[in-house]
Amino acid sequence: MTEILIPPLLGGYYEILEYLSAHVLTCLVPAFFIAGGIAAVVSTGAVLRYFGPTTPKPLSYGVASVSGTILAVCSCTILPLFAGIFRKGAGLGPAVTFLFAGPAINLLAIVLTARKLGLDIGVGRAVAAIVFAIVIGLIMAFLFRREEAAKAAREQASSQDFTAGMGEDGKPPFQLVAFFGLLVAILLFGTMQIAVGLKIAGLLLLIAVLALVVTRWFERDEIRNWMVETWTLAKLIVPILLVGIFVAGVLKVVIPEHWIANSVGGNGLQANLIASVVGALMYFSTLTEVPIVKMLVDLGMGKGPALALLLAGPALSLPNMLVIRNLMGTKKTAVYILLVVTMATVSGYIFGNFVG
Amino acid sequence: MSDIKVLGPGCKKCHTVLAEVEAAVEQTGVKATIQYITDINAFADYGVFLTPGLVINGQVKASGKVPKRAEIVRWLTEA
Repeated sequence: MTEILIPPLLGGYYEILEYLSAHVLTCLVPAFFIAGGIAAVVSTGAVLRYFGPTTPKPLSYGVASVSGTILAVCSCTILPLFAGIFRKGAGLGPAVTFLFAGPAINLLAIVLTARKLGLDIGVGRAVAAIVFAIVIGLIMAFLFRREEAAKAAREQASSQDFTAGMGEDGKPPFQLVAFFGLLVAILLFGTMQIAVGLKIAGLLLLIAVLALVVTRWFERDEIRNWMVETWTLAKLIVPILLVGIFVAGVLKVVIPEHWIANSVGGNGLQANLIASVVGALMYFSTLTEVPIVKMLVDLGMGKGPALALLLAGPALSLPNMLVIRNLMGTKKTAVYILLVVTMATVSGYIFGNFVG
Repeated sequence: MSDIKVLGPGCKKCHTVLAEVEAAVEQTGVKATIQYITDINAFADYGVFLTPGLVINGQVKASGKVPKRAEIVRWLTEA
Protein backbone atom coordinates (compact mmCIF):
# COMPACT_ATOMS: atom_id res chain seq x y z
CA MET A 1 0.00 0.00 0.00
CA THR A 2 2.74 2.43 0.95
CA GLU A 3 4.60 1.69 -2.28
CA ILE A 4 1.79 3.34 -4.23
CA LEU A 5 1.77 6.36 -1.95
CA ILE A 6 5.49 7.07 -1.97
CA PRO A 7 6.05 8.26 -5.57
CA PRO A 8 3.22 10.84 -5.46
CA LEU A 9 4.30 12.12 -2.07
CA LEU A 10 7.89 12.34 -3.23
CA GLY A 11 6.62 14.15 -6.31
CA GLY A 12 4.98 16.74 -4.11
CA TYR A 13 8.10 17.07 -2.00
CA TYR A 14 10.44 17.57 -4.94
CA GLU A 15 8.11 20.12 -6.48
CA ILE A 16 8.29 22.15 -3.28
CA LEU A 17 12.08 21.94 -3.27
CA GLU A 18 12.10 23.34 -6.80
CA TYR A 19 10.16 26.36 -5.68
CA LEU A 20 12.27 26.93 -2.60
CA SER A 21 15.33 27.45 -4.76
CA ALA A 22 17.38 30.62 -4.93
CA HIS A 23 16.14 30.84 -8.50
CA VAL A 24 12.57 31.42 -7.36
CA LEU A 25 13.18 33.13 -4.05
CA THR A 26 15.40 35.87 -5.51
CA CYS A 27 12.42 37.17 -7.39
CA LEU A 28 9.51 36.16 -5.19
CA VAL A 29 10.83 37.73 -1.98
CA PRO A 30 11.47 41.18 -3.51
CA ALA A 31 8.07 40.91 -5.22
CA PHE A 32 6.37 40.48 -1.86
CA PHE A 33 8.14 43.58 -0.58
CA ILE A 34 7.02 45.48 -3.66
CA ALA A 35 3.41 44.35 -3.22
CA GLY A 36 3.59 45.23 0.47
CA GLY A 37 5.04 48.60 -0.41
CA ILE A 38 2.23 49.28 -2.83
CA ALA A 39 -0.37 48.38 -0.23
CA ALA A 40 1.26 50.53 2.43
CA VAL A 41 2.37 53.58 0.58
CA VAL A 42 0.41 54.20 -2.60
CA SER A 43 -2.63 56.38 -2.06
CA THR A 44 -5.63 54.44 -3.30
CA GLY A 45 -7.61 57.64 -3.40
CA ALA A 46 -5.41 58.94 -6.19
CA VAL A 47 -6.24 55.91 -8.31
CA LEU A 48 -9.93 55.73 -7.46
CA ARG A 49 -10.47 59.22 -8.75
CA TYR A 50 -10.11 57.83 -12.28
CA PHE A 51 -13.14 55.63 -11.82
CA GLY A 52 -15.62 58.43 -11.33
CA PRO A 53 -18.42 58.97 -13.85
CA THR A 54 -17.01 62.24 -15.15
CA THR A 55 -13.52 60.99 -15.96
CA PRO A 56 -12.83 60.76 -19.72
CA LYS A 57 -13.45 57.17 -20.77
CA PRO A 58 -10.04 56.40 -22.29
CA LEU A 59 -8.49 57.31 -18.94
CA SER A 60 -10.95 55.13 -17.01
CA TYR A 61 -10.33 52.13 -19.23
CA GLY A 62 -6.58 52.63 -19.16
CA VAL A 63 -6.37 52.95 -15.39
CA ALA A 64 -8.84 50.10 -14.90
CA SER A 65 -6.67 47.74 -16.90
CA VAL A 66 -3.49 48.29 -14.90
CA SER A 67 -4.65 49.33 -11.48
CA GLY A 68 -5.19 45.73 -10.46
CA THR A 69 -1.56 45.69 -9.42
CA ILE A 70 -2.13 48.62 -7.10
CA LEU A 71 -5.58 48.05 -5.78
CA ALA A 72 -6.03 44.43 -5.12
CA VAL A 73 -4.55 41.17 -4.12
CA CYS A 74 -7.52 39.25 -2.90
CA SER A 75 -10.79 38.85 -4.72
CA CYS A 76 -12.63 40.33 -1.78
CA THR A 77 -11.26 43.70 -2.78
CA ILE A 78 -11.93 43.33 -6.48
CA LEU A 79 -15.64 42.48 -6.31
CA PRO A 80 -16.74 45.43 -4.12
CA LEU A 81 -14.72 47.83 -6.22
CA PHE A 82 -16.18 46.38 -9.39
CA ALA A 83 -19.68 46.88 -7.97
CA GLY A 84 -18.83 50.46 -7.06
CA ILE A 85 -17.41 51.39 -10.46
CA PHE A 86 -20.33 49.71 -12.19
CA ARG A 87 -23.11 51.31 -10.18
CA LYS A 88 -21.76 54.67 -9.13
CA GLY A 89 -18.71 55.33 -11.16
CA ALA A 90 -17.43 55.13 -14.69
CA GLY A 91 -19.89 52.44 -15.64
CA LEU A 92 -20.08 48.89 -16.99
CA GLY A 93 -17.16 49.08 -19.41
CA PRO A 94 -14.36 50.22 -17.10
CA ALA A 95 -15.84 48.11 -14.29
CA VAL A 96 -15.61 44.96 -16.41
CA THR A 97 -12.11 45.92 -17.54
CA PHE A 98 -11.09 46.16 -13.93
CA LEU A 99 -12.90 42.92 -13.05
CA PHE A 100 -10.89 40.98 -15.61
CA ALA A 101 -7.53 42.71 -15.38
CA GLY A 102 -7.43 42.92 -11.59
CA PRO A 103 -6.72 39.28 -10.81
CA ALA A 104 -5.04 38.73 -14.16
CA ILE A 105 -2.14 41.16 -13.71
CA ASN A 106 -1.44 40.49 -10.09
CA LEU A 107 2.22 41.50 -9.64
CA LEU A 108 3.27 38.43 -7.66
CA ALA A 109 1.59 36.13 -10.15
CA ILE A 110 3.31 37.72 -13.16
CA VAL A 111 6.70 37.50 -11.48
CA LEU A 112 6.25 33.85 -10.55
CA THR A 113 4.87 33.06 -14.01
CA ALA A 114 7.86 34.62 -15.71
CA ARG A 115 10.20 32.73 -13.42
CA LYS A 116 8.69 29.26 -13.57
CA LEU A 117 7.05 29.21 -16.98
CA GLY A 118 9.33 31.49 -18.91
CA LEU A 119 9.68 35.19 -19.62
CA ASP A 120 7.66 34.86 -22.83
CA ILE A 121 4.58 33.51 -21.05
CA GLY A 122 5.01 35.99 -18.20
CA VAL A 123 5.09 38.95 -20.54
CA GLY A 124 2.40 37.40 -22.73
CA ARG A 125 0.15 37.06 -19.73
CA ALA A 126 0.57 40.67 -18.68
CA VAL A 127 0.12 42.09 -22.17
CA ALA A 128 -2.86 39.90 -23.10
CA ALA A 129 -4.53 40.63 -19.78
CA ILE A 130 -4.29 44.38 -20.23
CA VAL A 131 -5.25 44.44 -23.90
CA PHE A 132 -8.14 42.05 -23.62
CA ALA A 133 -9.41 43.58 -20.41
CA ILE A 134 -9.93 46.80 -22.34
CA VAL A 135 -11.40 44.96 -25.33
CA ILE A 136 -13.85 43.01 -23.18
CA GLY A 137 -14.85 46.16 -21.32
CA LEU A 138 -15.44 48.06 -24.55
CA ILE A 139 -17.47 45.24 -26.08
CA MET A 140 -19.68 44.96 -23.03
CA ALA A 141 -20.16 48.72 -22.85
CA PHE A 142 -21.17 48.64 -26.50
CA LEU A 143 -23.52 45.67 -26.22
CA PHE A 144 -25.34 47.15 -23.25
CA ARG A 145 -25.08 50.80 -24.23
CA ARG A 146 -28.79 51.55 -24.12
CA GLU A 147 -29.11 50.19 -20.61
CA GLU A 148 -26.05 52.14 -19.51
CA ALA A 149 -27.33 55.40 -20.99
CA ALA A 150 -30.67 54.97 -19.24
CA LYS A 151 -28.92 54.24 -15.97
CA ALA A 152 -26.64 57.26 -16.26
CA ALA A 153 -29.64 59.52 -16.81
CA ARG A 154 -31.32 58.01 -13.77
CA GLU A 155 -28.47 57.96 -11.33
CA GLN A 156 -26.75 61.27 -11.96
CA ALA A 157 -24.04 60.29 -9.57
CA SER A 158 -21.43 62.85 -8.77
CA SER A 159 -17.76 61.99 -9.03
CA GLN A 160 -17.50 63.27 -5.52
CA ASP A 161 -18.60 59.81 -4.40
CA PHE A 162 -15.30 58.44 -5.50
CA THR A 163 -13.15 60.76 -3.49
CA ALA A 164 -15.06 60.69 -0.22
CA GLY A 165 -13.32 59.01 2.67
CA MET A 166 -9.93 58.92 0.96
CA GLY A 167 -8.27 61.24 3.40
CA GLU A 168 -4.65 60.23 2.96
CA ASP A 169 -2.37 62.26 0.72
CA GLY A 170 0.07 60.34 -1.38
CA LYS A 171 3.81 60.72 -1.14
CA PRO A 172 5.50 62.94 -3.72
CA PRO A 173 5.79 61.02 -7.00
CA PHE A 174 9.57 61.15 -7.29
CA GLN A 175 9.96 59.51 -3.87
CA LEU A 176 7.63 56.74 -4.98
CA VAL A 177 9.57 56.31 -8.21
CA ALA A 178 12.85 56.07 -6.31
CA PHE A 179 11.43 53.63 -3.76
CA PHE A 180 9.77 51.27 -6.23
CA GLY A 181 12.51 51.73 -8.78
CA LEU A 182 15.08 50.46 -6.29
CA LEU A 183 12.87 47.53 -5.29
CA VAL A 184 12.36 46.54 -8.91
CA ALA A 185 16.09 46.91 -9.55
CA ILE A 186 16.76 44.53 -6.67
CA LEU A 187 14.29 42.05 -8.13
CA LEU A 188 15.73 42.23 -11.63
CA PHE A 189 19.33 42.25 -10.48
CA GLY A 190 18.75 39.19 -8.32
CA THR A 191 17.47 37.29 -11.33
CA MET A 192 20.22 38.22 -13.78
CA GLN A 193 22.67 35.61 -14.93
CA ILE A 194 25.91 36.94 -13.53
CA ALA A 195 28.68 35.74 -11.26
CA VAL A 196 27.51 35.09 -7.73
CA GLY A 197 30.08 37.38 -6.13
CA LEU A 198 29.11 40.25 -8.39
CA LYS A 199 25.43 39.60 -7.75
CA ILE A 200 25.78 39.67 -3.97
CA ALA A 201 27.88 42.83 -4.07
CA GLY A 202 25.35 44.52 -6.36
CA LEU A 203 22.39 43.47 -4.24
CA LEU A 204 24.03 44.70 -1.05
CA LEU A 205 24.71 48.03 -2.71
CA LEU A 206 21.12 48.38 -3.92
CA ILE A 207 19.75 47.41 -0.51
CA ALA A 208 22.01 49.97 1.13
CA VAL A 209 20.75 52.71 -1.17
CA LEU A 210 17.18 51.60 -0.52
CA ALA A 211 17.76 51.77 3.23
CA LEU A 212 19.08 55.30 2.82
CA VAL A 213 16.12 56.40 0.73
CA VAL A 214 13.63 54.86 3.11
CA THR A 215 15.09 56.25 6.31
CA ARG A 216 15.33 59.68 4.74
CA TRP A 217 11.89 60.00 3.21
CA PHE A 218 9.67 57.61 5.10
CA GLU A 219 8.13 58.05 8.51
CA ARG A 220 8.60 55.37 11.14
CA ASP A 221 4.92 54.51 10.79
CA GLU A 222 5.14 54.08 7.04
CA ILE A 223 8.12 51.75 7.27
CA ARG A 224 6.32 49.71 9.91
CA ASN A 225 3.21 49.63 7.74
CA TRP A 226 5.26 48.42 4.80
CA MET A 227 6.69 45.55 6.83
CA VAL A 228 3.28 44.67 8.26
CA GLU A 229 1.62 44.65 4.83
CA THR A 230 4.41 42.54 3.35
CA TRP A 231 4.19 40.05 6.19
CA THR A 232 0.38 39.95 6.03
CA LEU A 233 0.52 39.19 2.33
CA ALA A 234 3.10 36.48 2.89
CA LYS A 235 1.02 34.90 5.67
CA LEU A 236 -2.02 34.99 3.44
CA ILE A 237 -0.45 33.65 0.26
CA VAL A 238 2.54 31.44 1.05
CA PRO A 239 0.85 28.60 2.98
CA ILE A 240 -1.79 28.03 0.31
CA LEU A 241 0.85 28.41 -2.40
CA LEU A 242 2.92 25.66 -0.77
CA VAL A 243 -0.14 23.42 -0.68
CA GLY A 244 -0.78 24.20 -4.35
CA ILE A 245 2.81 23.37 -5.24
CA PHE A 246 2.66 20.11 -3.32
CA VAL A 247 -0.62 19.09 -4.97
CA ALA A 248 0.81 19.99 -8.39
CA GLY A 249 3.81 17.80 -7.66
CA VAL A 250 1.59 14.92 -6.60
CA LEU A 251 -0.64 15.26 -9.66
CA LYS A 252 2.40 15.37 -11.93
CA VAL A 253 3.22 11.84 -10.82
CA VAL A 254 -0.35 10.57 -10.77
CA ILE A 255 -1.93 11.96 -13.94
CA PRO A 256 -1.10 9.98 -17.09
CA GLU A 257 0.74 12.14 -19.62
CA HIS A 258 -1.42 11.10 -22.52
CA TRP A 259 -4.57 12.52 -20.87
CA ILE A 260 -2.96 15.94 -20.94
CA ALA A 261 -1.24 15.61 -24.30
CA ASN A 262 -4.51 14.45 -25.90
CA SER A 263 -6.72 17.15 -24.46
CA VAL A 264 -4.51 20.22 -24.30
CA GLY A 265 -1.30 19.25 -26.06
CA GLY A 266 -0.08 21.30 -28.97
CA ASN A 267 -1.53 24.68 -29.86
CA GLY A 268 -4.70 23.86 -31.76
CA LEU A 269 -7.95 25.75 -31.33
CA GLN A 270 -9.58 22.90 -29.43
CA ALA A 271 -6.72 22.60 -26.94
CA ASN A 272 -6.88 26.32 -26.24
CA LEU A 273 -10.64 26.22 -25.88
CA ILE A 274 -10.54 23.33 -23.43
CA ALA A 275 -7.89 25.10 -21.38
CA SER A 276 -9.95 28.31 -21.32
CA VAL A 277 -13.12 26.59 -20.21
CA VAL A 278 -11.35 24.60 -17.51
CA GLY A 279 -9.67 27.79 -16.34
CA ALA A 280 -12.96 29.67 -16.24
CA LEU A 281 -14.63 27.05 -14.08
CA MET A 282 -11.78 26.16 -11.78
CA TYR A 283 -11.03 28.16 -8.70
CA PHE A 284 -7.42 29.23 -8.15
CA SER A 285 -6.20 30.84 -4.98
CA THR A 286 -3.76 33.71 -5.53
CA LEU A 287 -0.60 32.41 -7.20
CA THR A 288 -1.64 28.75 -7.19
CA GLU A 289 -2.45 28.85 -10.89
CA VAL A 290 1.30 28.94 -11.58
CA PRO A 291 2.33 25.57 -10.11
CA ILE A 292 -0.79 23.94 -11.57
CA VAL A 293 -0.11 25.27 -15.06
CA LYS A 294 3.58 24.36 -14.74
CA MET A 295 2.58 20.83 -13.85
CA LEU A 296 0.32 20.59 -16.89
CA VAL A 297 3.04 21.98 -19.15
CA ASP A 298 5.50 19.42 -17.77
CA LEU A 299 2.94 16.75 -18.61
CA GLY A 300 2.57 17.95 -22.17
CA MET A 301 0.22 20.94 -22.28
CA GLY A 302 1.01 23.33 -25.11
CA LYS A 303 2.26 26.87 -24.48
CA GLY A 304 -0.86 28.39 -26.04
CA PRO A 305 -3.31 26.51 -23.81
CA ALA A 306 -1.04 27.35 -20.87
CA LEU A 307 -1.51 31.04 -21.55
CA ALA A 308 -5.25 30.52 -22.05
CA LEU A 309 -5.49 28.87 -18.64
CA LEU A 310 -3.47 31.64 -17.02
CA LEU A 311 -5.81 34.26 -18.43
CA ALA A 312 -9.15 32.61 -17.73
CA GLY A 313 -8.12 30.91 -14.48
CA PRO A 314 -7.59 33.70 -11.97
CA ALA A 315 -10.35 35.91 -13.39
CA LEU A 316 -13.20 33.42 -13.15
CA SER A 317 -14.36 30.48 -11.12
CA LEU A 318 -17.71 28.85 -10.48
CA PRO A 319 -18.19 30.51 -7.07
CA ASN A 320 -17.12 33.90 -8.34
CA MET A 321 -19.45 33.66 -11.34
CA LEU A 322 -22.33 33.43 -8.90
CA VAL A 323 -21.26 36.58 -7.08
CA ILE A 324 -20.78 38.47 -10.33
CA ARG A 325 -24.25 37.34 -11.36
CA ASN A 326 -25.59 38.90 -8.18
CA LEU A 327 -23.92 42.16 -9.08
CA MET A 328 -24.65 42.58 -12.77
CA GLY A 329 -27.35 40.09 -13.59
CA THR A 330 -27.41 36.79 -15.42
CA LYS A 331 -27.38 38.16 -18.96
CA LYS A 332 -24.33 40.39 -18.57
CA THR A 333 -22.53 37.70 -16.59
CA ALA A 334 -23.13 35.14 -19.31
CA VAL A 335 -21.82 37.55 -21.96
CA TYR A 336 -18.79 38.31 -19.80
CA ILE A 337 -17.95 34.63 -19.33
CA LEU A 338 -18.33 34.03 -23.05
CA LEU A 339 -16.03 36.96 -23.85
CA VAL A 340 -13.39 35.84 -21.36
CA VAL A 341 -13.33 32.28 -22.69
CA THR A 342 -13.17 33.55 -26.28
CA MET A 343 -10.38 36.03 -25.57
CA ALA A 344 -8.40 33.48 -23.61
CA THR A 345 -8.74 30.95 -26.42
CA VAL A 346 -7.73 33.46 -29.07
CA SER A 347 -4.77 34.75 -27.03
CA GLY A 348 -3.57 31.22 -26.41
CA TYR A 349 -3.94 30.31 -30.07
CA ILE A 350 -2.03 33.36 -31.27
CA PHE A 351 0.65 32.96 -28.63
CA GLY A 352 1.11 29.23 -29.19
CA ASN A 353 1.29 29.44 -32.96
CA PHE A 354 3.02 32.73 -33.61
CA VAL A 355 4.95 33.78 -30.56
CA GLY A 356 5.96 31.03 -28.18
CA MET B 1 -27.04 57.31 19.54
CA SER B 2 -24.36 56.61 16.95
CA ASP B 3 -25.15 54.54 13.93
CA ILE B 4 -22.17 52.43 12.93
CA LYS B 5 -21.98 50.25 9.88
CA VAL B 6 -19.11 47.90 9.07
CA LEU B 7 -19.08 46.86 5.43
CA GLY B 8 -17.28 43.86 4.04
CA PRO B 9 -17.90 40.68 2.10
CA GLY B 10 -16.56 38.58 4.93
CA CYS B 11 -12.79 38.34 4.77
CA LYS B 12 -10.45 38.50 7.73
CA LYS B 13 -9.87 42.27 7.50
CA CYS B 14 -13.60 42.96 7.71
CA HIS B 15 -13.97 40.77 10.81
CA THR B 16 -11.06 42.63 12.37
CA VAL B 17 -12.74 45.99 11.80
CA LEU B 18 -15.94 44.70 13.37
CA ALA B 19 -14.04 43.43 16.40
CA GLU B 20 -12.14 46.71 16.76
CA VAL B 21 -15.36 48.71 16.50
CA GLU B 22 -17.07 46.60 19.14
CA ALA B 23 -14.07 46.98 21.43
CA ALA B 24 -13.93 50.73 20.85
CA VAL B 25 -17.62 51.12 21.59
CA GLU B 26 -17.21 49.21 24.82
CA GLN B 27 -14.13 51.19 25.72
CA THR B 28 -15.78 54.58 25.23
CA GLY B 29 -19.19 53.60 26.56
CA VAL B 30 -20.78 55.46 23.64
CA LYS B 31 -24.29 54.30 22.81
CA ALA B 32 -24.22 52.87 19.33
CA THR B 33 -25.90 50.41 17.01
CA ILE B 34 -23.44 48.32 15.03
CA GLN B 35 -24.48 46.72 11.76
CA TYR B 36 -22.37 44.34 9.75
CA ILE B 37 -23.26 44.57 6.09
CA THR B 38 -22.07 41.84 3.72
CA ASP B 39 -24.21 42.46 0.64
CA ILE B 40 -21.74 43.65 -2.00
CA ASN B 41 -24.51 45.42 -3.90
CA ALA B 42 -25.10 47.69 -0.92
CA PHE B 43 -21.55 48.94 -0.47
CA ALA B 44 -21.66 51.44 -3.31
CA ASP B 45 -24.85 52.94 -1.86
CA TYR B 46 -22.93 53.90 1.25
CA GLY B 47 -20.08 55.33 -0.78
CA VAL B 48 -17.74 52.48 0.08
CA PHE B 49 -15.74 51.18 -2.84
CA LEU B 50 -12.86 49.51 -1.08
CA THR B 51 -13.64 47.10 1.70
CA PRO B 52 -13.50 46.89 4.64
CA GLY B 53 -15.54 50.03 5.08
CA LEU B 54 -16.53 51.86 8.23
CA VAL B 55 -19.45 54.29 8.15
CA ILE B 56 -20.37 56.29 11.25
CA ASN B 57 -23.59 58.31 11.21
CA GLY B 58 -23.67 58.30 7.43
CA GLN B 59 -20.06 59.40 6.92
CA VAL B 60 -17.44 57.11 5.45
CA LYS B 61 -14.64 57.13 8.00
CA ALA B 62 -12.40 54.42 6.66
CA SER B 63 -12.25 52.43 3.50
CA GLY B 64 -9.86 49.77 2.27
CA LYS B 65 -7.94 49.37 5.50
CA VAL B 66 -8.35 48.49 9.14
CA PRO B 67 -8.44 51.71 11.17
CA LYS B 68 -6.53 51.85 14.43
CA ARG B 69 -8.64 51.51 17.54
CA ALA B 70 -7.46 54.93 18.73
CA GLU B 71 -8.86 56.40 15.53
CA ILE B 72 -12.19 54.63 15.98
CA VAL B 73 -12.38 55.88 19.56
CA ARG B 74 -11.75 59.43 18.33
CA TRP B 75 -14.49 59.17 15.71
CA LEU B 76 -16.92 57.80 18.25
CA THR B 77 -16.31 60.54 20.76
CA GLU B 78 -16.49 63.37 18.27
CA ALA B 79 -19.60 61.96 16.52
